[in-house]
Amino acid sequence: MTSPVTTPASAPVSVPAAPAPTTSPRTARKSARRRELGAAGALMTPFFILLVTVFLIPVVTAVWLSFFSDDQPGLGFGPERTVFVGLRSYTAVLTDPTFLSGLGTVVLYCVIYIPLMVVGALALALLLDSGVVRLRSWAQLGLFLPHAVPGIIAAVIWLYLYTPGLSPVIDLLGKADISIDFLGVHTVVPSIVNIALWSNLGYNMVVFYAALQAVPREVIEASVVDGAGPVRTALRIKTPLVRSSVVMVAMFTLIFALQLFTEPMLLSQSTPMISSRFSPSMYIYDAAFTRNNYGLAAAASVVLLVCTIALSYGVTRWTNRSNAAEEDAR
Amino acid sequence: MSATAPTRTAAVLRPRLLGRSVVNLVVGISVLYTLLPVLWLVLAASKDRDALFGSDVLSLDHFSFAQNLKDLFATDDGLYTRWYGNSLLYAVLGAGLGALISIACGYAFDKYRFAHKEKLFGLVLAAVMVPQTVLALPLYLMASGTGLVNTFWSVFIPVLFNPFGVYLGRIFSQGYVPNEVLEAARVDGAGELTTYFRVALRMLGPGLVTVFLFQLTAIWNNFFLPMVMLSDQDLYPVSLGLYTWNSAATVSPEYYPVVIMGSLLAVLPLILAFALLQRFWKSGLTAGAVK
Repeated sequence: MTSPVTTPASAPVSVPAAPAPTTSPRTARKSARRRELGAAGALMTPFFILLVTVFLIPVVTAVWLSFFSDDQPGLGFGPERTVFVGLRSYTAVLTDPTFLSGLGTVVLYCVIYIPLMVVGALALALLLDSGVVRLRSWAQLGLFLPHAVPGIIAAVIWLYLYTPGLSPVIDLLGKADISIDFLGVHTVVPSIVNIALWSNLGYNMVVFYAALQAVPREVIEASVVDGAGPVRTALRIKTPLVRSSVVMVAMFTLIFALQLFTEPMLLSQSTPMISSRFSPSMYIYDAAFTRNNYGLAAAASVVLLVCTIALSYGVTRWTNRSNAAEEDAR
Repeated sequence: MSATAPTRTAAVLRPRLLGRSVVNLVVGISVLYTLLPVLWLVLAASKDRDALFGSDVLSLDHFSFAQNLKDLFATDDGLYTRWYGNSLLYAVLGAGLGALISIACGYAFDKYRFAHKEKLFGLVLAAVMVPQTVLALPLYLMASGTGLVNTFWSVFIPVLFNPFGVYLGRIFSQGYVPNEVLEAARVDGAGELTTYFRVALRMLGPGLVTVFLFQLTAIWNNFFLPMVMLSDQDLYPVSLGLYTWNSAATVSPEYYPVVIMGSLLAVLPLILAFALLQRFWKSGLTAGAVK
């Protein structure tokens, strides 16, 4: 960023009255300031080089690409030309039923997944924080373990647990005369939710638990003295106090949920229920690298980006507003 | 009220057997839910193909852990070893370098004043939100333009970028590095960068480890970017390699035991890292969660 500018100390010359120019406090302060800026620049430059090359330029390129298209000249002869097509790619994406159904799938996935994740992780954290759980640190370790399992491997494990003939779960259910097709039309999205939930539940529980540990003990004791039972204390006292963690977890869960790719990509190898355009991210991959339609892929990327930003902004606004409402109520 | 308060408190605090059992039951079931699939992976990895397809992983027959291990390293001329090495290289080197870069930047955001600071920080936070799938196509086109596509660098350079690490770095710097220490170092005449590397970085240790672990997990999990960038199987990380083998298994089932054993081994490094660095990331996570 800003490199340390090594201009010779010219300030003392303009202040002839200064008794000892080299040690004048103002000069010292100025050069200290310059040294600080130099250090800040040096420490930040590596990150900002990355920010520009692997973030800013790609985002701008994606927007740029979405307005252009490779047009084949008549009959497919002659060189390809890249021409400006305006919003044509956007129209194509937004009227493409496969893209819209992918968007619908992700919305359904989020609607099931996010409440389950936030409520589940918070409930477990509150239970562990209640102090009545035996072997608490072992329980935490067990719950956290799936976080160390890479997403693709979590998908492999669950795919095999969903596969008849391989799965002990289906085998057991079969003995009880229950047959479930985990990868059927209506079960495939819940099955993917289950994989994501399994992977991330323990991690988010640890985040909530850490926040709960920071709640001052006096607050909880006070509520007990006031006659609140453990359930009431957990829901009315502790939960509001870890609100910012809840918002953070919900936000990150949402951002990652919108990118849904790895799990359905792996499951698609084994079930016809998952098409190659199952989610928006799979649609982008398919458009860019299978169909080589860069304009279409870029337009779909921008649509996904806008949805992500709009939803995140909505979550922030909504929580800010309900925060403010709560302050007013006090 | 004041007369009854002590007895009521005691009643509330007295462990209620029913409540206790229910709480322990719920936590116990949740732990089984998270542990059993991992246990299945361990058991399945030690069985031969017949037992696997008989859904018979619990029996003690058909034990073939060593054979499965041997098969794993023999399949496709020992490609798995190669993938494992690649993953370690991408993840350990990438997370180490990436964490240093992010923490330095977060520290600068916390300790120095400069123009448009909060706007720049807003840009960093915005970068956290942007889906990787949005960046993949432009990154691929840039990589093919510079001839980096299908090389180590096409995967390694983008994974260094960790805006969330900068956010954490700023928080850790606020929490762990008192401004008085920096003032003292300045009075002693130490240069700004010397102070950072000799004094501040040591205090930021737990934060550095936390960011390193987050990034290690992310890179070890990384699947989309290698899939877009790499066509040479010799450069694949484990995640992408197992994906290819799993797709092969749908046609030729002899790949199933290999995929399962490969998955089991691929889980170990992160478990090891989390276990060894537990002391650091627990304190780091607390700092990150409370703010």
